[in-house]
Amino acid sequence: MSILVLAEHDNQQLKPVTLNTLAAAQQLKGDITLLVAGHQCASVAEQAAKVSGVKQVLVADAEAYAHHLAENVSDLLVDLAEPFTHILAASTTTGKNILPRAAALLGVNPLTDVSGVESSHRFKRAIYAGNAIATVEIDEPKVVMTVRGTAFDPVAAEGGSAEITSVSAVFENADIRFSHEALAESDRPELTAASIVVSGGRGLGNGENFELLYQVADKLGAAVGASRAAVDAGYVPNDMQVGQTGKMVAPELYIAVGISGAIQHLAGMKDSKVIVAINKDEEAPIFQVADYGLVADLFDAVPELQNSL
Amino acid sequence: MKILVAVKRVIDYNVKVRVKADGTDVDLANVKMALNPFCEIAVEEAVRLKEQGKATEIVVVSIGQKSCEEQLRTALALGADRAIRVDVESTPDALTIARLLAKVAEEEQPGLVLLGKQSIDSDNNQTGQMLAALMKRPQATFASEVQIEGEALTVTREVDGGLQTLTLNLPAVVTTDLRLNEPRYASLPNIMKAKKKPLEVKSAADLGISVTNKVKLVSVAPPAERSAGIKVGSVAELVDKLRNEAKVIA
Ligand SMILES: Cc1cc2nc3c(=O)[nH]c(=O)nc-3n(C[C@H](O)[C@H](O)[C@H](O)COP(=O)(O)OP(=O)(O)OC[C@H]3O[C@@H](n4cnc5c(N)ncnc54)[C@H](O)[C@@H]3O)c2cc1C
Repeated sequence: MSILVLAEHDNQQLKPVTLNTLAAAQQLKGDITLLVAGHQCASVAEQAAKVSGVKQVLVADAEAYAHHLAENVSDLLVDLAEPFTHILAASTTTGKNILPRAAALLGVNPLTDVSGVESSHRFKRAIYAGNAIATVEIDEPKVVMTVRGTAFDPVAAEGGSAEITSVSAVFENADIRFSHEALAESDRPELTAASIVVSGGRGLGNGENFELLYQVADKLGAAVGASRAAVDAGYVPNDMQVGQTGKMVAPELYIAVGISGAIQHLAGMKDSKVIVAINKDEEAPIFQVADYGLVADLFDAVPELQNSL
Repeated sequence: MKILVAVKRVIDYNVKVRVKADGTDVDLANVKMALNPFCEIAVEEAVRLKEQGKATEIVVVSIGQKSCEEQLRTALALGADRAIRVDVESTPDALTIARLLAKVAEEEQPGLVLLGKQSIDSDNNQTGQMLAALMKRPQATFASEVQIEGEALTVTREVDGGLQTLTLNLPAVVTTDLRLNEPRYASLPNIMKAKKKPLEVKSAADLGISVTNKVKLVSVAPPAERSAGIKVGSVAELVDKLRNEAKVIA
């Protein structure tokens, strides 16, 4: 087995989810090459070379890769693909944007959001909003797949000493250009990597009331998430959505506040170790998955919680 | 400009699916089916672009058995002009789907192809990206805003870190995210009108594509059940449990 893993990074830092993807790669038992495609990303390559279990780091440093455009990175992957039996990336918006495109160019079927490695060609993945777990066997000469980070414990960020090789091929599609981005800035931990997540739903009533959750989160060192309803209503930005079609989280502790517990929301958080629900409706479905349920008005309970931490 | 919208028939999003007792698949017998919600958003966006005068014709396409004509009629009732069903006997894999769609696109020559970012049954999130690759055209996935000015398409995408805006040359492929629009309801007169709109059936063979399935479903199992928890009577009790029983907070 020879495995190519596409590193997730922002040209400065290697994102922790790469370590989870590498853990899935290790289960395939083979030599692992980590590809850093970016611009002015030398520091990421250095971090990548230190990761435990990585044999080789390839760096493609060019302006064309600065924003990880699927067109350019998938052409690069196809160019590099030849010696590899498996090509992996994290199941993030970046990985999911790039890998299926690369797979189609390679003439193979991709697999999305793999959560278990059974063998080199047999995998597990959640379907129907996590209400069923499928075992699939793929009959392709190359396996191209994205990996659900929360399903694999990360490999160690230190301890390796891979060789760094630079790749000179630059692919730049003339039909697409990066225009601009508005990235959320927060001092809180990243949602999918946080060990505690406090999430709010429509019950919060407006964006200002999310301040109650931010205060609790800051006492706990937690990230803050939200239901789709809270995002749709404009209380909080889209990058906070947890669920089937948002982010998958599996922290040690998930506190759902004013969230009813629709299957689409549960799909994104029910693998959390401990779930707490605070909801004034004792019939709310969220209580069916909660380890600790508190039937209360959140506007009383959340300030009280903050004071007792 | 013509817009091609690819749509899929899936389980209704309100239905909680069950795994068959023999573990071969999920049980879809007598389950309510619907147009995949993200596909509905794609149809709505096409209709809005037509209403803005940016598009002249909307063609919807679905790959599947006769039953998916129901969803094509729904799309026609929402404002699409005509429909194509590509008939397949066995279940095609994702690459076959993308190849069939690419072939339809080659015949129809749309300026824009719209798809949902994922279907809520297989939760794959890959068809649009694969289609764009096969068409050799640029892609903008997870769109929350779409604007067309002449030959240029500007798309804002929902990404993990926030929002990213790209500019693409048409033709291009766009996949929709939840915030792109709120689909309208089909009115009764439009549902009636939709019955008379053209719906053409083609086979995979007509399109010159052989149907393969290289991703075999070995088995399906229900997810791990969470054991039932307890209700706590107060915030104080909750904090005590989290500290001393679950030991998840200090
Ligand atoms: C295609 C599709 C994809 C979707 N993807 C996602 C997804 O990824 N993530 C997601 O979350 N949803 C998703 N949804 C939406 C999902 O179906 C639900 O609509 C949504 O999760 C509901 O959000 P909510 O629980 O915040 O709101 P509601 O269901 O309205 O629940 C609000 C809750 O707050 C409680 N409440 C109100 N006031 C108070 C108070 N003062 N104190 C305490 N409790 C209070 C109420 O009792 C209620 O239980 C998706 C839907 C579709 C169709």
